Amino acid sequence: MKELIVSAIDTGTVIDHIPAKSVMQVVRILGLEDFENMILIGTNFDSKKLIKKGIIKVKGKFFKPETINKIALVAPQATLTIIEDYNVKNKTIVEVPEEIIGIVQCPNQNCITNHEEMNSEFFVVDKTNGIKLKCHFCEKTFGQEEMKIL
Amino acid sequence: MKNRSLVSICDYNKDEQLKILEVSKEFEKKPKQRLLDGFVIASLFFEPSTRTRLSFESAINMLGGRIIGFTDAGSSSVKKGESLRDTIRTVNNYSDLIVMRHPLDGAARFASEVADIPIINAGDGANQHPTQTMLDLYTIMQTQNKLENLKVGFVGDLKYGRTVHSLTQALANFNCEFSFVAPNFLQIPTQYKEFLDEKGLKYETLANIHEVIPEVDILYMTRIQRERFSDPQEYEKVKDAYELKKSDMEPAKKNMKVLHPLPRVNEINIDVDSMPEAYYFQQALNGVFVRQAIVSMILGIK
Ligand SMILES: Nc1ncnc2c1ncn2[C@@H]1O[C@H](COP(=O)(O)OP(=O)(O)OP(=O)(O)O)[C@@H](O)[C@H]1O
Ligand SMILES: [Mg+2]
Ligand SMILES: [Zn+2]
Repeated sequence: MKELIVSAIDTGTVIDHIPAKSVMQVVRILGLEDFENMILIGTNFDSKKLIKKGIIKVKGKFFKPETINKIALVAPQATLTIIEDYNVKNKTIVEVPEEIIGIVQCPNQNCITNHEEMNSEFFVVDKTNGIKLKCHFCEKTFGQEEMKIL
Repeated sequence: MKNRSLVSICDYNKDEQLKILEVSKEFEKKPKQRLLDGFVIASLFFEPSTRTRLSFESAINMLGGRIIGFTDAGSSSVKKGESLRDTIRTVNNYSDLIVMRHPLDGAARFASEVADIPIINAGDGANQHPTQTMLDLYTIMQTQNKLENLKVGFVGDLKYGRTVHSLTQALANFNCEFSFVAPNFLQIPTQYKEFLDEKGLKYETLANIHEVIPEVDILYMTRIQRERFSDPQEYEKVKDAYELKKSDMEPAKKNMKVLHPLPRVNEINIDVDSMPEAYYFQQALNGVFVRQAIVSMILGIK
């Protein structure tokens, strides 16, 4: 086995190729703060695909696709590796979901979601040239550069 | 349509919209009928609006329905800091249908998800005002005897004008062609141009009203707020391109009609009012019939 930059785990999930600046957002989106198993987080590694990347390894945890796909907004190139008995069992890439609930704040200041205690809700209307979201409530469309992650 | 909220014009498909126009015609012939006996309709105006509110209330009263509610947020519990969720939940218990106007974009969609009873959006911020769109469609149908293949010119503040956005979406079902006349910084948002592109419909963007007058079947005027211009002098320089006068109308087609959601300020000179093309006051009257149709269809009476 080749040398690992973050220690090995016997079983669990490895999320690799996260842009370094997005690692903490991924932690938050997946709710890892409240997780009790061992979690290894490494960041600012050199990477071929990204300028600087981060890796998160969660022992004994396998995420549902709809959960893991939420990170596609901040880590569109992330890879997901399932580890069993220290071996790579399965590798997948994240997919941008059709709908995003919570997570993103609507950039429209006059949108009800910014004034009432409620979840934001967006439809993903374009995945090809950067992600474009349409707010379910105010019906405005936004590019990725305008989005703020909660 | 029974029990289905009308929040955005896109909530109803083309056939449903045409059905509303048909029923509106019945009400135009006979606006006073006791169809809403025993129904209680909540009219929640979180933001004052004389025209739309009176038109709704008149429509409901003519059909014998009862109205409860408030005419601005100041006279409601909103002033005490109640959430929209709680206001809607409460009113939900007292009425069969809610008509609401709210200053925030998306408020009506949110209300429709909180309430068990249907919601009619009477304007949510800069977003949607679907009953206005329906009365615009009705008026266009009334004046042109069709909705298909018309050429429609929109003039004024096309960036913030929600009536323009919704009417564009609605007319896109009828293979219309569009001319958007506005200063560059108030032009129709990209979102709507992309929408028309997807539908394969023709449109042009222009900066001068005079170019479209000879071509269009409908000239839809909207207000340009002078305050949108960083320099009031700038407005003075360009206003001739967005203000309609009797003398401008000479090259218009015979069937051409001028519409306006009202209130107007300077964008239509009063010397246009007496011309056969001026149709904005009839347009406002149509609001009553169209709202009668929408209310009674949602309540399942028509
Ligand atoms: N036992 C293990 N414990 C923890 N992490 C592991 C283990 N085995 C592999 N990994 C990590 O899982 C990810 C995928 O492993 P793989 O061996 O396929 O790496 P790779 O060839 O670098 O693939 P990639 O193209 O995804 O970078 C890598 O981040 C690797 O460091
Ligand atoms: Mg690697
Ligand atoms: Zn929004």
